[in-house]
Amino acid sequence: MKTNDVLLRNVTKVVAFIIFLFSLHLFFAGHYNPGGGFVAGLTSAGAITLTLLAYDIKTVKGMLNINTLVITGVGLLFAVGTGFIGIFLGKPFLMHVYTYVHLPVLGKVSLHTATLFDLGVYLVVVGVTLTIIQSIGESD
Amino acid sequence: MSLLHVAILLPFIAALLIPLFYRWTKKLHTGWLALPIPVILFIYFLTFIPKTAQKATTATLEWIPRYGINFTVVLDGLSLLFALLITGIGSLVVFYSIFYLGKNKERLNNFYAFLLIFMTAMLGVVLSDNLIVLYLFWELTSISSFLLIGYWYHRERSRYGARKSMMITVFGGLMMLGGFLMLHIMTDSFSIREILSNAPSISDNIFFIPAMILILLGAFTKSAQVPFHIWLPDAMEAPTPVSAYLHSATMVKAGLYIVARFTPLFAISGVWFSVISIVGITTMLWGSVNATKKTDLKAILAYSTISQLGMIMTLLGIGSASLHFDSMNDNIYVMAIVAAMFHLFNHATFKGSLFMVAGIVDHETGTRDIRRLGGLMRIMPITATIAFIGTFAMAGIPPFNGFLSKEMFFESLTEIIHLNLFNLESWGIILPVVAWIASVFTFVYSMMIFFRTFAGKTKPYLLPKKPHEASLGLLAPPVILAAFVVGVGLFPNFIAAPILEPAVKAILPTLSHASSFHIHISFWHGFTPALFMTIGVIVFGILLYKTRRSWIPFISSKVPKAFRIGKTYDNGMFYLEQGSYRLTMYVMTGWLRTYLNYMLFAFIALILGTLFITDSLNFDFANLTQITLVDGVLAAVVFVTLIGIMFSRSRITSIILLGAMGYTISIFFVIASAPDLALTQLVIETISVVLYLLVFYHLPQFSNIEEKPKLFSTKTFLSIGVGVAVTLIALSAYDTTFYDSISKYYIDNVYKEAAGKNIVNVILVDFRGFDTLFETAVLAIASIGIFGMIKLRLTKRRKKNENE
Repeated sequence: MKTNDVLLRNVTKVVAFIIFLFSLHLFFAGHYNPGGGFVAGLTSAGAITLTLLAYDIKTVKGMLNINTLVITGVGLLFAVGTGFIGIFLGKPFLMHVYTYVHLPVLGKVSLHTATLFDLGVYLVVVGVTLTIIQSIGESD
Repeated sequence: MSLLHVAILLPFIAALLIPLFYRWTKKLHTGWLALPIPVILFIYFLTFIPKTAQKATTATLEWIPRYGINFTVVLDGLSLLFALLITGIGSLVVFYSIFYLGKNKERLNNFYAFLLIFMTAMLGVVLSDNLIVLYLFWELTSISSFLLIGYWYHRERSRYGARKSMMITVFGGLMMLGGFLMLHIMTDSFSIREILSNAPSISDNIFFIPAMILILLGAFTKSAQVPFHIWLPDAMEAPTPVSAYLHSATMVKAGLYIVARFTPLFAISGVWFSVISIVGITTMLWGSVNATKKTDLKAILAYSTISQLGMIMTLLGIGSASLHFDSMNDNIYVMAIVAAMFHLFNHATFKGSLFMVAGIVDHETGTRDIRRLGGLMRIMPITATIAFIGTFAMAGIPPFNGFLSKEMFFESLTEIIHLNLFNLESWGIILPVVAWIASVFTFVYSMMIFFRTFAGKTKPYLLPKKPHEASLGLLAPPVILAAFVVGVGLFPNFIAAPILEPAVKAILPTLSHASSFHIHISFWHGFTPALFMTIGVIVFGILLYKTRRSWIPFISSKVPKAFRIGKTYDNGMFYLEQGSYRLTMYVMTGWLRTYLNYMLFAFIALILGTLFITDSLNFDFANLTQITLVDGVLAAVVFVTLIGIMFSRSRITSIILLGAMGYTISIFFVIASAPDLALTQLVIETISVVLYLLVFYHLPQFSNIEEKPKLFSTKTFLSIGVGVAVTLIALSAYDTTFYDSISKYYIDNVYKEAAGKNIVNVILVDFRGFDTLFETAVLAIASIGIFGMIKLRLTKRRKKNENE
C-alpha cells in the first residue's frame, strides 16, 4: 500500500535545502565559531537522509548519482593530501599555511589549508554516514 | 677455521651431500659412501695422540663475538678419548650397518644422514670449549638421537621411544642451559677453560649450587641415571647399529663427559661428591637388578648400560674427592678418575661388541628373546666367541679389560671408608656394599646373556629363521672390538700412557703440574681386598645364576610394583595432558560473559590493589567548582535513566532511555561550554538510537524473550566493583596540582599561529590534525566494514547455489 505523502515531500524539498545550507554554514564557520567538518558532514548527511525518508533509495541514488564509498575515499585523499602540503614546503607533515587575500566581493578573506583538511573530514563523514544508511536500508 | 672445525663439521656436510650422491650410485650401498668419513676422522684424531700428551690444541672460529659466543675447539686428553671413541666406534658401526641394513628395504639416505649428523653433534659436544656451542651440539645429539630411535617410524613403539627420549633428554638439556647461563652470570665468560680457572672465586656464589644441580640434571638425563634412565630401554626400538653406537658407546656418555669436564669446578663442594656418588651407585644397582629380569637381549643390554654408566658416574664422584687433597701423587682418589676413564673406554668396546652380537643373533635367528634362543654356540661359533669375551669382560672376569677396571673400582670404593670428608665415616660403608651387590647382579645377567643364548639345547621350532653363522662383514666390527677387549685386558698400559693419562690430567688440571704422575695398571697386584671382592662376586654370582628360577620371578613381580618409574612417567604425561585439557575446558568456556568476568575481575583487583598497596587514595576537593542546581537536576536525570536502563523489562525502553541519557549528556556539554561537543553529541546520539531501533526491529522472533535481570549475581558485584574502582581512581586523580595545564598555549596561539578562533576545531584540524586524520580513517574503515558485511554474504550465496 502506498500512502500519498505529498506534504512530507514538499516540506522536505524546502527543509533539506535549508539543512544543507546550514551544514555549509557550520562547515565554513567552523574555524571561528562552533561547527566544523564533522558536524557539517553529519548535518549534510542528515539532509540527504531526510530526502531518503521522503522518497526512496532509488530516487535519491538517481539524484546524487555517486558512489558513497568514492566520497569517503576522496575525503581521505583530501585529509592525507593536505598533510603533504607541509612536506612540499619543507615543513613537517600536516603543517598548515594560510594567507590573507582581498577578493572582489568578499573583501579581506583568509585562505587556510586547514579548510581543505576539514573538507576531507566533511566528505568522509558524509560518505560514511550515507554508506551505512544505504547499505542497511537496502538489505532485507 | 682450522682443520679441527672442519673435522667436526665434516660428517654434517657429508650428511647433506650423501643423498645427492646417492642418485648416481644406486647400485652401491649408501653406507660405503658414509664409511670413509669416520675412518678419516679417526686417523686424523689418532695423529693428535703424541701432541695431546704435551698440551691441548685450541682453535677459535668467531661466531657471535659480541656476546662471547665463539666456536672454540679445545682438544685435550679427555676430548681426545671421546673423539677417538666416537670416530672409531662410528667407523665400525657404519661398517656393521652396511651388512645389517638391507639395501632395498630401508631408507638408507635418512639413516646415514641422521647418523652423520649425530657424529658431528657428538664431536661438537666433546670438543667445544664454549658453553653455548656445547649446548647447541648437545641438543643436536638429542634431535639426531630422536630421529634415529624413530627410524622405523611406522612402528608405534619406535615413535613412543623416540618421543620419550626426546622429552627427557631435552628436559635435561634445558636445565643444563640454565646452569650454563648461571655460570656465565658468575664468571662473565662462556669459555669452559676460563670458568674452570676461576673455580675458587665463585664457590661462595649463591648461583654455585643451583648451577651445579642444573648441569647435573642435564648430565643425568643424558647418561640415563636413575630416575631418568627410563628412556634408554625404550630407545632400544632403534636399529641395532644405532643402539650400539648411541645408546651404549657415545651419546649416553655425553653426561659422563660433562661431569668429568666440570669436576675441577664443582668438586670443591661436597654436594657434588654426594649427589654423583649416590645417584651413580643407585643407578648401578637399579640397572643391574632390573637387567636380570628382562628376556630381550637388547633390553638386558640397555639395563646393563644403565648400570655400567652408574658405575662410571660413581667413580667420577669418588674421584672428585681427590681435589680435597694437596698432594696428588699418593692420592688414591685420582685412581678413581683413572678407573672411570678406563672403564669408560672398556665399556664402549665390550658393550659395542655385545650390541652387535645381539644384532647378529636377531639378524640370523629372527628373535632376540632369550627364552627362545639357546645352543647357538655350535651354529655360530665366532659370534659365540665374541659374546663370550664381551659378557665376561662385562662381568669383570680376568683376563679381559672389564676385570681391570672393576678391580680399580672396588679399590677406590674400599678406600672411601677411610675418607674423612663429608661425614663419610658414617655412611661411606654403604657405597662398597651396594656396589658389590650390584656387581653380583652384573655377573648374573652377563652369564644369562651368554649361556641362555649360546649354551644349552637349540630350539629350532621356536626360531622364525633357520640360524647360521653371520657374514664376514657383520662379524668384522665386533671382532675388532673384542680384540680390543682382550688386548687391553692383557696389555692395559698400551692405552694407559698415551690416552688415559692425558684424559685424567684434563679432568684434574692440578695434576699436570705433578710431573711424576704416571698411570700404571698392573694386572696382578697382590691379595688386595678388591681381589677378594671379585672372588666373592664370582662365587655368589654363580650361586645366584644357578638358583635364578627361584628369585627372578620375585624381582620381576614384586620389585617393579614398588618403584614404577616408567609408569610414573606415563601417568605423568597422561595427567599433564588431561589436566591441561580439563583446565582449558574449564577456563575457556566459550561464553563471552565468562571472559568479561575474568577481565573485569582482574581490572578491579589490579586497580584496587594498586590503590591500596601504594596508598594513593587522597581526595583533594579544594579545586572543585560550585555545583549548581542545573548540574544536580541533570545528574538526577542521568541517574534515573541509568536505573531505568538496568531494570527495564523491555529492550525498547532501554533504547529510548539510552537516547534520553545521550541527550542529557549533550545538555551537560552545553552548560560546560562545549558547543561543538554538544552539537556532535546530539547528532551522533540520534543516529545511534536509530541504529539500535533498527537492530531491535530485526531481532529474530524466537530469541525475543524479554528477561528480567537478576539483582544479586556475579555481574552485579563485578559492576559495582568496577564502578567503585573507577570512581576512586577519578577522585584520586582529580588533584591536578602536579603541573599546569598546557591549554594556555592553545588559547594564546589559536589566532596568532593558526588563524582561527574556534579553539576546538583548530586543535582538531591544525594543532593535532594527525589524530583527526586517523579518526576519519577509522570511520571509513567502519563504513566499509558495514558495507562489506551486508553486501558480501558468500556463505548464503554458496548455499543457494548448492540448492539449485
